[in-house]
Amino acid sequence: MKKCTFWALCLGSLYLLQMLLVPKYMEQSPEGALTGEYYPEAGNHDVIFIGDCEVYENFSPITLWQEYGITSHIRGSAQQMIWQSYYLLEETFQYETPEVVVFNVLSMKYDTPQSTGSQSRREAYNRMTLDTMRWSSSKWNAILASMTEEERQWEAMATYLVPILRYHDRWSQLTNEDFSYWFHRDRVSHNGYLMQTGVKPYTDAYAEPPLADYQFGENSWHYLDKMVSLCAEYGTQLVLIKAPSLSPVWWPEWEEQIAEYAGKNDLLYINMLTCQKEIGIDWSRDTYDAGLHLNVWGAEKVSRWLGKILSGQCGVPDRRDQEGLAEIWAEKVLRYESEKKETQP
Amino acid sequence: MAFASYSFLIFLAALLVVYYTVPGRVQWVFLLAGSLLFYLGSGWQNLVYMLLTATSTYAATRLMERNQRVFDRKTAKLRNRGWLLLCLGLNFGLLGVCKLRLTFEDLLLPMGISFYMFQSMGYVLDVYRGSQRAEGNPAKLLLFVSYFPQLIQGPISRFSELGPRLLASHPRNEEQISFGLQRILWGYFKKLVIADRIAPAVAALRGPEHTGLSFLVLTVFYAIQIYGDFTGGIDIAIGVSETLGIRLPENFVRPFFSKNTAEYWRRWHITLGAWMKDYIFYPVSVSAPLRKLSKAARRRWPKFGKRLPVYAASLATWCCTGIWHGVTPNFLLWGLLNCGVIVISGELTPLYEKFHSRFHLREKGWYGGFEMLRTFFLMNLIRIVDLFPDVGEYFRRLGSLFTSWYVPFSDLGLTGLDYGILFLGCMLLFAVSLLQERKGSIRELLWEHTRLRYILMFLLFLTVLLMGNYGIGYEPGNFIYNQF
Amino acid sequence: MEKLLAILREINPDVNFETEEVLIDGGILDSFDIVTLVAEIDDNFGVQIPAEALTAENFNSARALYDLIRRLEDA
Repeated sequence: MKKCTFWALCLGSLYLLQMLLVPKYMEQSPEGALTGEYYPEAGNHDVIFIGDCEVYENFSPITLWQEYGITSHIRGSAQQMIWQSYYLLEETFQYETPEVVVFNVLSMKYDTPQSTGSQSRREAYNRMTLDTMRWSSSKWNAILASMTEEERQWEAMATYLVPILRYHDRWSQLTNEDFSYWFHRDRVSHNGYLMQTGVKPYTDAYAEPPLADYQFGENSWHYLDKMVSLCAEYGTQLVLIKAPSLSPVWWPEWEEQIAEYAGKNDLLYINMLTCQKEIGIDWSRDTYDAGLHLNVWGAEKVSRWLGKILSGQCGVPDRRDQEGLAEIWAEKVLRYESEKKETQP
Repeated sequence: MAFASYSFLIFLAALLVVYYTVPGRVQWVFLLAGSLLFYLGSGWQNLVYMLLTATSTYAATRLMERNQRVFDRKTAKLRNRGWLLLCLGLNFGLLGVCKLRLTFEDLLLPMGISFYMFQSMGYVLDVYRGSQRAEGNPAKLLLFVSYFPQLIQGPISRFSELGPRLLASHPRNEEQISFGLQRILWGYFKKLVIADRIAPAVAALRGPEHTGLSFLVLTVFYAIQIYGDFTGGIDIAIGVSETLGIRLPENFVRPFFSKNTAEYWRRWHITLGAWMKDYIFYPVSVSAPLRKLSKAARRRWPKFGKRLPVYAASLATWCCTGIWHGVTPNFLLWGLLNCGVIVISGELTPLYEKFHSRFHLREKGWYGGFEMLRTFFLMNLIRIVDLFPDVGEYFRRLGSLFTSWYVPFSDLGLTGLDYGILFLGCMLLFAVSLLQERKGSIRELLWEHTRLRYILMFLLFLTVLLMGNYGIGYEPGNFIYNQF
Repeated sequence: MEKLLAILREINPDVNFETEEVLIDGGILDSFDIVTLVAEIDDNFGVQIPAEALTAENFNSARALYDLIRRLEDA
């Protein structure tokens, strides 16, 4: 056997092994697949949502289309940090220039990678956001920005470049999911919306102890500024929102800072927690996890309400009579409705 | 920089490419640059310490050589004694301070200081004795001091052997590079799959509740850990050097096959033992004060008097060996215990011979195995003193050995799968060692069978890749001997 | 030479010191034996072997050792 054949076989089998060992994010932790689901859809979105779980579980792009003809995609992920939001946004502008970008400001509370909790937990969330991101300078920078001081070395970057180095020990934890999704992936979201059809009513108030300091950190402001400049550069409207989730607590002191910032930079800022009545949220029926996130019915209500602002105040066009789009979205609607029916409790 | 890191692998790959591209005459320059770069990875302050050692070594040896050229032997030696003591005092004093700060302030040692310093001081002593010419080029000497593969945990080389090899030109030799890579892979296997895997269990067993049989289990587990860690790390060091075409001395020769303590110390940490022998044991034993003492003692106790140099030199050597490891009392105890065992078994040799001529046990097939097990347990029961800075605690646990049979294997941080891998891994280590003991170099045996070799190496690589304890969720795997 | 051989035989009676050439390299004499040897040589020949002369070259055979003793006697 020739040497090159041997090496080819070696590398080939290692590559196959890597594909087997990486987490699939299909059944377990499907939120890990969200970032990657943007690329087949990239282009033709008038609205892009950016942010954490309060964004990918509280808004329905299908409803926005059905009621207002708004084309949108949610580039959300679990515990998405503001620097990750910035780089995902930067990447999105390489694919398209939307009319409006909607950003959920909750992640302002996490100033630096260190402030977000234990290393393993933080690392797991970073992976879910970044693993399926396509390689680009944005991804490179996002990875570096997500590392703490100690991690900022070749070691962590190497495990992103060669994922088998990170997931090598999963060989003893492989499940059916790993084998059935070895070579392909199914779509888990609807333009970035992860549908939930369960119902778990909200019961007790979520209390958190008061903070020592309510000032948002320098790093957070830095990335928010960058987002503002980036959107200005492309002529895109940046809309800041606080999604209607009851936990984590959104402090009035934080509210002040964002409202002030929005005013200074001439940005539209909507705190949906104060508009709950208008939106018509029923916390006994519209949430699947007792108020942390909305289920599909809640999400539809929110989208119906936000859509009015987007198409009215923000001037997002109604594209329901646009030829190519209508067919594509009709399919999406079908898929959406059938999932809603199948998974209804 | 650490051996078990991607940065190191990239560094090594880059170095190899450069090294085999430049002309042979200047390879040593790039080796020096690479070594300094490697060392910088651990902090520029550490580099200052190393430069101090290198500078003082250079200065002392050049001055001594000049005296040797100008004066006759006796005069030169007298004049050089001052420089020698100054150099040794400065360097060992520095080492002592560092070790004290490690013990009391938890300040990390500059990487490899115990190793490169002993190596350099050996060179200074060789020049003082006249058995080694001083190196005139300070950069070349710096290379000897800073040569990177041995900075983590040795082996400790002699200038007469390593010097010429470092400075020679090394044409690219596929077999050598291949052997080196295989050895590196084998080292990673021992370190990442075996040693780092059993480490949590060792840490758990150190807890005060683990007495009785658990203490014995700790002994065995620690033996496995330190074997995998130390010999694995040395495999990587020697393997790396081999890929550069530079042979380093062996530090281990299947030590657990030793049948007695003396043999064990010829098979375990060989280069430290040799250093101690040549620079402490022999000089002390033939020193004037000891000779006088011995003569005086022989008048009263003839037999003891004769043995006095041996006892005294052994004591001195083992005290130094103990302190080399650490300045806390348990390390000194460790040294003394080893000394005691060796000296006592030496004295008892005639008795053993009588016993064996009576009972002919040596002819029995199983006796060899018995001797190996006995040596293994004795050496490792002593070795485990390393883990107990509180010497009283060590003896307490030793005393409790037969008080309880319960060992909470499932509570030590290892899963059933881990135990399985450890078991298979140890079986593999044993099989390979046995093969080496009987048949010699396995790499040479495999060289002819290309296909088999490729397959085995690929499987070994897969094993390390999948089962190595590295990455997120695993404790950073520092080498145990790096802290000495 | 005979005196030397006698000393050696006392240390290890089973070895043929007249012909053996690998006393050190072959592990026949260990470091303890060397030290004892040095003390005996000091007693019997009045010659003090310095530490740097304790090498394999000088101790591998009785002949080499004898040459060393002669050199030190003359010095």
